[in-house]
Amino acid sequence: MTAKEQVEEKQIDVSSLIFEHLGDSYEWHIVKGAVIPLPCILIDQQGINLFLSDKLQHGANYKGYHIASNGQHKGKIVDNAGERPFDISITKNVLELFIVCIILCSVILGLARWYKKNGCKKAPGGFVGMMEAVIDFLDKDVAKESIGHGYERFSPYLMTVFLFILTSNLLGLIPVFPGGANLTGNIAVTLTCALTAFIAINCFAPKAYFKGIFWPDVPIFLKAPLPIMPTIEFIGLFTKPFSLTVRLFANIMAGHIIILALTCIIFVTAQMGSTMSASMTAVSVLFCIFMNCLELLVAFIQAYVFTILTANFIGLAQNE
Amino acid sequence: MNLLTPDPGLLFWMLLSFGVVFFLLAKFGFPVIVKAINERKEFIEMSLLSAKQANEKLANIQAESDKLLADTKAQQKKMITDAMQEKQRIVQAAQEEAKMSANQIIEEARLSIQTEKEKALREVRNEVANLALDIAEKVIGEQMKDKELQKDTINRLISNL
Repeated sequence: MTAKEQVEEKQIDVSSLIFEHLGDSYEWHIVKGAVIPLPCILIDQQGINLFLSDKLQHGANYKGYHIASNGQHKGKIVDNAGERPFDISITKNVLELFIVCIILCSVILGLARWYKKNGCKKAPGGFVGMMEAVIDFLDKDVAKESIGHGYERFSPYLMTVFLFILTSNLLGLIPVFPGGANLTGNIAVTLTCALTAFIAINCFAPKAYFKGIFWPDVPIFLKAPLPIMPTIEFIGLFTKPFSLTVRLFANIMAGHIIILALTCIIFVTAQMGSTMSASMTAVSVLFCIFMNCLELLVAFIQAYVFTILTANFIGLAQNE
Repeated sequence: MNLLTPDPGLLFWMLLSFGVVFFLLAKFGFPVIVKAINERKEFIEMSLLSAKQANEKLANIQAESDKLLADTKAQQKKMITDAMQEKQRIVQAAQEEAKMSANQIIEEARLSIQTEKEKALREVRNEVANLALDIAEKVIGEQMKDKELQKDTINRLISNL
């Protein structure tokens, strides 16, 4: 074996490394050697299987399950036949989701307790004041401005979704536990957010809104024999939440990919001699700092965009 | 692509936890906060309004007290002038009365002096007459028997003096 071949063997598969970090996993790597095993919950015909994920380390087989190393379900738990059970394991993303939920609940309920205790006689300062500014902004400048009359029904939802996305985005930027999971860059999460937005938009809309979809106010030939406009309007119902899903998912995931790729430069150039390696490391660190600042901005912008678009869609539906 | 297919497990947990969080926050979190914020906003607005009203009231009171002060001053001035006028009137009246009574007294004195003088004169005349009569009696003696006639004669003589 020549020296060149050895080097090639050592080279890192950058794309698989990045996708591994972006995706979900059954355990939480902190540093090499420090791994938090997470509980696996699998439902099959026999019932519920509950065990910690360290039983499945290094491709081990436990209770007839193992983590697929290739194929369609690569990286997921499959049974011996290669089929997926109904898998509601507490994965890295699920744990991160729980952390976000706990942070949100404790912060907001804590705030509510502060307001209950102090009433309207005391002006808040510090963190409470900051949160009050955010909540008041969402209530008055997002919900009231976009929805108008009857906005009070929707503003708790808009606040929840904004703070949820923002907290997830910010936690995603922290590289170590309790952050680091790619929650809002996961399509299941953004899809659920968009699903709730879909419910908020359509389930509380007045009758005129549905008339506007199925029998819109356009010349008759656009809707009578061939329902062209109603079809377009009907598709529009789903493109709105779909665009919400993809926008948030793609933005956050792209940010993570760029940061990971920039970090990988260090390891890729490690074999190319000390001068090259040192200079590229400096470049990588500088770019990473810049990207992290940008991602901080994006974390706020994407949470705001999701919220304001949902508020506008609700407003359009309500004031049809 | 693995990344583009939503994982059912995560979807399940996400739906569950987002639902729970939304329920908790929408029931016990945000309405309390928003209500408190709105209440405080109202409280501040009301406080500002009442402060404004109090200021206005204070200004009114100031104006009123100024007016009252001016009124009182004017009244005081008027009272003083009235009193001065009254004083002058009383003084004048008193002076006049005094003058009148003095005049009266003087008049009376004059009259009484006049009468006294006349009386005195008359007495003096009588005395003189008597003296003259006595003298004449003594001088003339026995010749002058009719005393009354003599007296008359002497009186006439005296008044002709």
